[in-house]
Amino acid sequence: MNKEITKATTLSSTDEFIKGLWKENPVFVQVLGMCPVLAVSNTAINALAMGLATAFVLIMSNSLVSLLRNFIPKEVRIASYILIIATFVTMIDYAIQAISVELHKNLGAFISLIVVNCLILSRAEAFASKNTLGKSIMDALGMGLGFTLGLVSLGLVREILGSGAVFGIPILPENFQEWVIMILPAGGFFTLAAWLLVFNLYKQKRNAL
Amino acid sequence: MNQESFSQIFINACLVNNFVLAYFLGICPFLGVSGKIDTAGKMGGAVTFVMLISSMCAYGIHAFLEAIDAPFLQLISYIVVIASTVQLVEMFVKKMSPALFQALGIFLPLITTNCAILGLALFQTNKGYDFFQSVTYAFGAGTGFTLALLLMAGLREQLDFAEVPKVIRGTVLTLVAAGILSLAFMGFSGLGSN
Repeated sequence: MNKEITKATTLSSTDEFIKGLWKENPVFVQVLGMCPVLAVSNTAINALAMGLATAFVLIMSNSLVSLLRNFIPKEVRIASYILIIATFVTMIDYAIQAISVELHKNLGAFISLIVVNCLILSRAEAFASKNTLGKSIMDALGMGLGFTLGLVSLGLVREILGSGAVFGIPILPENFQEWVIMILPAGGFFTLAAWLLVFNLYKQKRNAL
Repeated sequence: MNQESFSQIFINACLVNNFVLAYFLGICPFLGVSGKIDTAGKMGGAVTFVMLISSMCAYGIHAFLEAIDAPFLQLISYIVVIASTVQLVEMFVKKMSPALFQALGIFLPLITTNCAILGLALFQTNKGYDFFQSVTYAFGAGTGFTLALLLMAGLREQLDFAEVPKVIRGTVLTLVAAGILSLAFMGFSGLGSN
């Protein structure tokens, strides 16, 4: 037990980065921030944009929280974190609108809803408020990319089955009958369930060894 | 200005575009507290209550921000107002009815990070509802949320007795059930439009 604790405190920056990608993947392992995961993963491009926007907010808010961690009074910390997060979300909201109006229309209110994504608040509270700037940035990078990875893997499955395309480029033969359900809300639930099942099977197999 | 009638708004928010099953808002409490019918009902009630209040507040803020020409402050002011409303409601309920406060427990503070509340405030602004339309919309959304939560809780209480393989238990099974429920709600599409 003691050994494990010392190991945890001496994690290098690279380990902080890797853990978000795999061992503590926000989508498949922690099951955090499910609203955007299900809502905007109907095409791979939406999923990628949403993932990158979330990663940006995560990195910026983690760095700022980490820098201010000695100045924010403990009693009002959650409120301060939410204010910091909301500021960056407003920035990315306007940035996306400037880059592509169509993308902004597709993602809709879900960009603004990054504010209440539990993943970002949980990283600020559980990690950035206790660690140095460098480590917090690595953590945010790992978690952000892990989140993007999860979103895109959902988006790919839904787009291939739902419209026979990848990133808008058709890949399946003409006569392929699209599974319309995959781009509808119900498809989101089923795809996520299927991915979690794959992870569970993998875990079970590894434990059995 | 939006011309939809009250009944149209209510049916739309409650059934056709159910916040949980069509917009995926408030999934966290939906998966978290839908284990028992009893708690699901209480959570639904609390959310509906906060929705009604924050919808009225959001309407006021929007009008004010329009007046001072600062729309970029919208998101920040909404979230601050929702957080403080929840706090206020919590203190008020604690003072007026300790029994109800006990019953709601941890659910009240958790509502702050419920995306359904912020989503409601943003949607009603986007749709350009007036004050009474906003309140109807909030009530419909709250009812829809409660309905989804109750249905899910009923399903899960039954599922507890079912023999399912160990790998599927937990989140996977809940998600599949939610997917089927979402399919069922698709049957409502077209209802409430002209």
